[in-house]
Amino acid sequence: MVDTRVSLAGVMLQNPIIPASGVYGFGGEFRDFYDPNILGAICLKGTTLEPRFGNPTPRIAECTAGMINSVGLQNPGVDAVIAHEIPALREFYHQPIIANISGFSVDEYRECCRRIDAHVDIIEVNVSCPNVHNGGMTFGTDAHCAAEVTKAVKSVTKKPVFIKLTPNVTDIVPIARACEDAGADGLTLVNTFLGMRIDIHRHRPVLANVMGGFSGPAIFPIALRMVYQVANEVHIPVMGCGGVRSASDVVEMMMAGATAVQIGAATLRDPILCKTIIEELPVLLNKLGYERCDNSLRLCRQ
Amino acid sequence: MKTALFEIIENQPIAHDIFRMRLVGDAHGISAPGQFVNIALEGCFLRRPISVSDYDDHGLTLIYKVVGRGTEKMSTLHVGEMLDVMLPLGNGFTVASHQHPLVVGGGVGIAPLYALTKRLGNATVVLGVRSKEDLFFEREFSALGAKVFIATEDGTLGTKGFVTDAIRENDINFDYFYTCGPMPMMKALVAMIRSTTSGQLSFEERMGCGFGACMGCSLQMRSGSRRVCKDGPVFNMEDVVW
Ligand SMILES: Cc1cc2nc3c(=O)[nH]c(=O)nc-3n(C[C@H](O)[C@H](O)[C@H](O)COP(=O)(O)OP(=O)(O)OC[C@H]3O[C@@H](n4cnc5c(N)ncnc54)[C@H](O)[C@@H]3O)c2cc1C
Ligand SMILES: Cc1cc2nc3c(=O)[nH]c(=O)nc-3n(C[C@H](O)[C@H](O)[C@H](O)COP(=O)(O)O)c2cc1C
Ligand code: FES
Repeated sequence: MVDTRVSLAGVMLQNPIIPASGVYGFGGEFRDFYDPNILGAICLKGTTLEPRFGNPTPRIAECTAGMINSVGLQNPGVDAVIAHEIPALREFYHQPIIANISGFSVDEYRECCRRIDAHVDIIEVNVSCPNVHNGGMTFGTDAHCAAEVTKAVKSVTKKPVFIKLTPNVTDIVPIARACEDAGADGLTLVNTFLGMRIDIHRHRPVLANVMGGFSGPAIFPIALRMVYQVANEVHIPVMGCGGVRSASDVVEMMMAGATAVQIGAATLRDPILCKTIIEELPVLLNKLGYERCDNSLRLCRQ
Repeated sequence: MKTALFEIIENQPIAHDIFRMRLVGDAHGISAPGQFVNIALEGCFLRRPISVSDYDDHGLTLIYKVVGRGTEKMSTLHVGEMLDVMLPLGNGFTVASHQHPLVVGGGVGIAPLYALTKRLGNATVVLGVRSKEDLFFEREFSALGAKVFIATEDGTLGTKGFVTDAIRENDINFDYFYTCGPMPMMKALVAMIRSTTSGQLSFEERMGCGFGACMGCSLQMRSGSRRVCKDGPVFNMEDVVW
């Protein structure tokens, strides 16, 4: 039998499969479909210091092999997440929880992290949300800013900190390196690509916010390429994310250098996708001749 | 909530660009008129939300209008093919008991009101469409024992104008309302009623998941942020911010 356990900066996961931030809410909505205790971990919806309603609707635009969202970090605020959402999740879920935090200033990131620290196992820092102004992605497109946020967050937690980077940059490698140098314990690659659709009948953008984050199967090759580029340049673990929809996509991500793999948009169409992949992954690895879900999968740098 | 395969036993046009699809499968989770299903289609990344027009434990009826790629694809499916359906979704209408309930449907928004009217028993129904050829279910509503009034924008049938004109022209008396249709229609209806009568409205929004996970469909209501797919699609008039 294949051993699917992975260690993510010291946190043991029973398998590398994690629903990505924003497609799994705070864990309750998928319970009808399967027992979430089979997951490697759950990544919570993006959380900010203050409650946020998010952007006006329409917030969703369909694309060929993907979708654009402009949800805009709707969440009840970190205090409500700690008081209600996490305790509710812990009642039926006993695997690791990853918080996903966002902010509009370095101080906000720090404070959000300080408050949620005791309640989760890993902190993922979203410096890559394309759907909010004066925050989110602006921190992740500049190596210096990304490093500042990393340092601030690291100063208030002992939990592993993963910085989630945006693919909307010319070269992701220097930003990844800057985060590693600033003390990040890991990286998540990638968030969504800035995209847009137009309603030709109404002669206006589909999304109320005009632009949004593009994700889904269409972005897989680009996300994979970025994981490959970065994993070969840093010494910290990478969570691969972007367009994954099958066990073989997961294996590709791990061959590119990912330690764990997050699954986003594809779970919206197929809510049991994570379960299917968790069942198929050991069978596929076995077929390929692997006994473990570890570095042995990784390509040597070509 | 689950995804299940349903067999298509009917799929045919009943009005201009409007199709009726009947499906056989385990539908016993559906508990209220106005709930919807989310349909996975080959070649479409997201599922398509469609209201349940009628249901029993063994199957359901959908009425859909062809407006784009997904509904176009639906219209090409054959009897005997299987459809991947997620259900039951949304809250649906709360069937209250009133002496003179009014049911107002606009366009394809008429669809979910059929199962509702069946359960109300004593409703007056007003159906608004653009033109005679867009109308469906007039006889089916009458067969339920409802009093049916029609409004067409071009005057080809019933009152010329909107549902609000038909309500005025026929001096329809009601003490509660249920509605589903285009936003401007529902807005005009509520403006005409001027809070003298309460009611329930069914909303549409573009959806990512349809089951409450992605926050793609949130609207700001008086009671706070509400997801059309999970907390709706039906909302009380008092809760709606216009
Ligand atoms: C709760 C609910 C119940 C509905 N019930 C019915 C029904 O009973 N009969 C019916 O004909 N239609 C109904 N609709 C509208 C129906 O979902 C859309 O007409 C359909 O999704 C259009 O898909 P398309 O691929 O043909 O159009 P396209 O324009 O190609 O679709 C592109 C994307 O936009 C979305 N979209 C487009 N129009 C709408 C819309 N009006 N509402 C929500 N999403 C939209 C699609 O789902 C898809 O993701 C309902 C919508 C909701 C939210
Ligand atoms: C509806 C939706 C909401 C999202 N919300 C968040 C969020 O709150 N925080 C975040 O870091 N990423 C968010 N993302 C990005 C995903 O976590 C993921 O990085 C991205 O979608 C790429 O993966 P995918 O192609 O598998 O969807 C969201 C994505 C979607 C589709
Ligand atoms: S469509 Fe995803 S929450 Fe409503």
